[in-house]
Amino acid sequence: MSDDAPQRRGCALVTGAGRGIGAAVARALAADGWAVGVGYHAGADTAAEVVRSIEEAGGRAVALGGDIAAPDVLERHFATLEETYGPVLVLVNNAGVRVDGLSPQLKDEDWARVLDTNLTAAFRAMRRAVPPMLKARWGRIVNVASVVGIRANPGQANYAASKAGLVGMTKTVAAEVARRGVTVNAVAPGLIATDMTADLDGELLKAVPARRPGTPEEVAACVRFLASDAAGYVTGSVLTVDGGMTA
Amino acid sequence: MASTATPEAVERRIVEALASFGPDIDQVTREATFEELDIDSLDLVELAQIVEDEWGVELKGDDMKGLKTVGDAIDLVVARAN
Repeated sequence: MSDDAPQRRGCALVTGAGRGIGAAVARALAADGWAVGVGYHAGADTAAEVVRSIEEAGGRAVALGGDIAAPDVLERHFATLEETYGPVLVLVNNAGVRVDGLSPQLKDEDWARVLDTNLTAAFRAMRRAVPPMLKARWGRIVNVASVVGIRANPGQANYAASKAGLVGMTKTVAAEVARRGVTVNAVAPGLIATDMTADLDGELLKAVPARRPGTPEEVAACVRFLASDAAGYVTGSVLTVDGGMTA
Repeated sequence: MASTATPEAVERRIVEALASFGPDIDQVTREATFEELDIDSLDLVELAQIVEDEWGVELKGDDMKGLKTVGDAIDLVVARAN
């Protein structure tokens, strides 16, 4: 790492990093030299395990607990990271929840719960992260969307709306801040083997040309690239990581 | 901690900040318009952040819309800070 590498000037925040894709992203960014804030809601023990594995590999990380749908929790995460490691120069909005049901049966609270966490909290995190990135003339935001924001998946109207919203927000903010060396991209995972998809039936797999689910590490590799210096000219893009599902 | 927002201090800091966005510092006069200086909306967002950090004055989008010249920005910040 060079002396003026962005990793020496700030840190990374990954929301929903206690397990699954977020945990793999936190490890990948730490391996690239980033001090990482490991955001989690439920599961303090798994988040602690992520921090421990990063530290054992010689990296730096801190676990940050709380429901990011609450604005004060996000603010606390940013304040802690800024005090400990400096400004957040890489933000990965990964935290997401699912409350599935066919649209006539989705309750207002099912809608709100999903939109609040998946979309509104991501917006608030971006709004909070962007000014220090502008000041640093360097920043990377990666929003973890989903192929469900691109193609239909009956039973997930709320989830699809939140993920399609993330894609629209990604492109717009990317265009707003591009001239300051700040990039904003999305990855759109397909069927990835995590706790969150454990209950999905095998039918979905038939729609995947690769005929296997992806791994969290395969998504993390894409996020790691988009967060790197090498990806400086990639912005406003949506990288599908889906074994060809949307091809 | 916010410093004292005397008109001179505000002018000095705002001129310095605007010059850091591209224009020659000699061009950044009270009468110069943001358009002439090629200062865009993102520059003004950054300026608002500097103003908030420096003097605790929060400038919203609506406040910024009315600003045409460097002098407008200086006067607004001085008025809000005192």
